[in-house]
Amino acid sequence: MRTAIREVRGLGAAKEGTHHWWNQRLTAGSNLLLMLWFVIVIARMPAYDYATATATFASGWRAIPLLLLVVSVFYHLRLGLQVVIEDYQHGQSRVVALVLLNFYTVAGLAIALFSIAKIALGA
Amino acid sequence: MASRNPTRPLSPHLGIYRWGPHMLVSVIHRGTGVAMACVGMPILLWWLAAMAGGPESYRGFEWFFTDLLGGAIGYLVGIGLTLALFLHMGNGVRHLFLDAGALFELRRNKLSSLAVLAFGVTATVVYWFFVGVVK
Repeated sequence: MRTAIREVRGLGAAKEGTHHWWNQRLTAGSNLLLMLWFVIVIARMPAYDYATATATFASGWRAIPLLLLVVSVFYHLRLGLQVVIEDYQHGQSRVVALVLLNFYTVAGLAIALFSIAKIALGA
Repeated sequence: MASRNPTRPLSPHLGIYRWGPHMLVSVIHRGTGVAMACVGMPILLWWLAAMAGGPESYRGFEWFFTDLLGGAIGYLVGIGLTLALFLHMGNGVRHLFLDAGALFELRRNKLSSLAVLAFGVTATVVYWFFVGVVK
């Protein structure tokens, strides 16, 4: 997303400055819809044992929104924790924390996407 | 930065302001966000991986949250995370209004902050009443 002020200032060195801010809002909106869906699905499950849980999320109608939820939430928490780290950490520890945050995001996404795929395509 | 001179004065910080609901929801928003990112997401990942891993690994997840200490951990974490979710969700929606330039008048800012707190607690109570009693 670009804002009108860039037209006045002639782009600037970074060419755009609202990417982080805008994606935080975009994923806030998708998180709102997907998390409301998720808590309703969880509340309406008849039981929480292995057979019921896997059967619930084996259907594409639930596996696909769950996939979208994990991606949207991870993107949102990645942006949010970055701001928190930048507020409290300075110098070397900030760099280390931001690298660990990126590792956490990518590794967590890999675990989630693999698991959802396995549940949906036959565990 | 790391080389800051400690004798220089600091800008006004939390300590000098009189607390109000707007400050409280702001702090809660950050706290719940960090809690869900650092505790809630690992639990979701564990749950998904346990389902993918088969009945044996799912049993481990169930044991930790429903058997250990009589299921106290499950209720504590479950209620805590839903409260965090609904508070963060409510304040997130409030922030979208703030982004649009609304709710900056003192009265509305205070009322919307109180509404966020009321929504978070009410939604959590209703949710667990439905899951634990009605169903």
